[in-house]
Amino acid sequence: MSQTILQLQNIEKSFDGTPVLRGISLDAAAGEFITLLGSSGCGKTTTLRIIAGLECPDAGRVLLEGRDVTGTPPEKRDVNTVFQNYALFPHMTVAANIGYSLKLRRRPNEEIAKAVAQALELVQLTGYENRMPAQLSGGQKQRVAIARALVNRPRVLLLDEPLGALDLQLRRQMQLELKALQQQLGITFIYITHDQEEALTMSDRIAVMRDGQFVQIGTPAQVYDEPRTSFVARFVGSANILQGTVVAAEGGLVAARVAGCPVCARAGQTEFLPGQPIALALRSEQVDFAPEGSGIPAVVKEKSFAGGMLRIALELPDGSRLVVSRHGIDQSLAPGQKLCVRWAPEAAVPVEVDD
Amino acid sequence: MKKKRRISFSTVYLALGLVIIYLPIALVILYSFNESKISSVWGGFSLKWYRTLFADKAMFQALGNSLILGLSSSLAAGVVGTLGAVGFDRVRPRSRRLIEYLTSLPLMTPEIILGMVFMAFFGMLGIPFGMGTLILSHTTFCIPYVFMLVQARLVGMDRSLAEAARDLGAGERQVFFTITLPLLLPAIVSGMLLSFAMSLDDVIISLFVTGVNVNTLPIKVYTALKTGVTPEINALCTLLLAATLLLVGLSMLWSKISRLTGSGR
Repeated sequence: MSQTILQLQNIEKSFDGTPVLRGISLDAAAGEFITLLGSSGCGKTTTLRIIAGLECPDAGRVLLEGRDVTGTPPEKRDVNTVFQNYALFPHMTVAANIGYSLKLRRRPNEEIAKAVAQALELVQLTGYENRMPAQLSGGQKQRVAIARALVNRPRVLLLDEPLGALDLQLRRQMQLELKALQQQLGITFIYITHDQEEALTMSDRIAVMRDGQFVQIGTPAQVYDEPRTSFVARFVGSANILQGTVVAAEGGLVAARVAGCPVCARAGQTEFLPGQPIALALRSEQVDFAPEGSGIPAVVKEKSFAGGMLRIALELPDGSRLVVSRHGIDQSLAPGQKLCVRWAPEAAVPVEVDD
Repeated sequence: MKKKRRISFSTVYLALGLVIIYLPIALVILYSFNESKISSVWGGFSLKWYRTLFADKAMFQALGNSLILGLSSSLAAGVVGTLGAVGFDRVRPRSRRLIEYLTSLPLMTPEIILGMVFMAFFGMLGIPFGMGTLILSHTTFCIPYVFMLVQARLVGMDRSLAEAARDLGAGERQVFFTITLPLLLPAIVSGMLLSFAMSLDDVIISLFVTGVNVNTLPIKVYTALKTGVTPEINALCTLLLAATLLLVGLSMLWSKISRLTGSGR
């Protein structure tokens, strides 16, 4: 995982005067699984299309194995794409779809048949050679699209929300299979999704995108535990953002006042000056209830039960909201009830406010 | 207990409609086998008029001309219309509307005006009237049919298919021949069949641009009507009807096959 395969250098792109990408840079190592995570319209797909060669950037360069391919047409790049809607050729059989690129290169028929059989085995669809795409289920089409993109063993495989159209169960299964496939083949995957859970499960690194920029690039643990900005904290794992004022900073910890109460947070590498405003990201599951008279007083506003978790929305003295989540159903809490909350200092992370 | 069957009003209405449409056709077929020379009198079954028809050299020459004209103009319209639609697909949205109007205008222009325009134009350029001018004018009025059908299919076509092909290593020309053209084929074929039918029964435009010695079948029939109808015309109509049914059947079979192979969407 040392050799750099793909480099994006300050890519800019606008459509009809509207900037879509505002100078993004990314280095991908050989065999790395990188996810571009962001909501729709943030420029993920445009980034992928620029890597594939289907769009030309207004500024910046794309380097593939150190070679500048910014102006190279898609057919001359050692990169293949799995399209969001699969884009299987409806007039060709599964075998012809997968063998299409080999046929263009005028490989002998036996070699094509062998490569097609291998690719089908890879995606566990052996025996489907002669089906037409219209006869396949969504999951099977997905597998064919992956086999077609992999048959050439590209250096980089681009996947544009490949699991977006599948149901949850199939999605989970395909996530694991894709990850296993990627590790088995050692191909660099650039994967697009808007699903933070998917990104956390599969990636070696996540690039969180917003408004045509990378807000943070890091391992899933980094992005989850040390969000750089409030957007990342909210988007990856829906954290609470609390506003406060710095009181003192010492020994890797920062003391602050939030809603008039003293709290502690981890300071990391940042320098804090007393009196400076600070925003803290705090995950709902890391908030504890405290005995009366300690921590921050709060009032229960509402509670809801979803996905095996009880979510309790609290209101702090300054009117801001704090969501706490707990496993199981706690009957003792009722709207209007007063209680106190606190958290371990390392649970709260100072973030830059950007949303 | 047997349920009493009632014939509803809508059934009667439908039957009436079908009779009005198909009765004249049935009569023409019936009278093509009529022994009597007078159309309205049944003189017994006979193949006499078919014999007369097959002996009529001029009629067959006209049929031959019509087939040559129909085939060449539908082929030419197929090529030009398809290329036009594919090119149009890349036109910037701003200019699209205008081009769309321009291509559909010939469909809305009365044929008599088109005929006069063609005549004046060919006369001005000094092109001798005959098969050449017929093919040129028929190709011209057939292009919009192919163009519109192919264009409609292109609009419905998934753009990512061509992109996927390029991504997999196909150059622009390879994309056209391996992806775009096969997917457009059903639309091109139906456009050409429509063009062929349009060319085959055109009288008005043909009258303006045909030379003195080239007769197409519709012109021949039209002039025969002026000199008096013989049941030979009935026999001809019956044969043409059979040919039409065959073509319709073939085109239905074609669309069924292309649906099965997945290229029809």
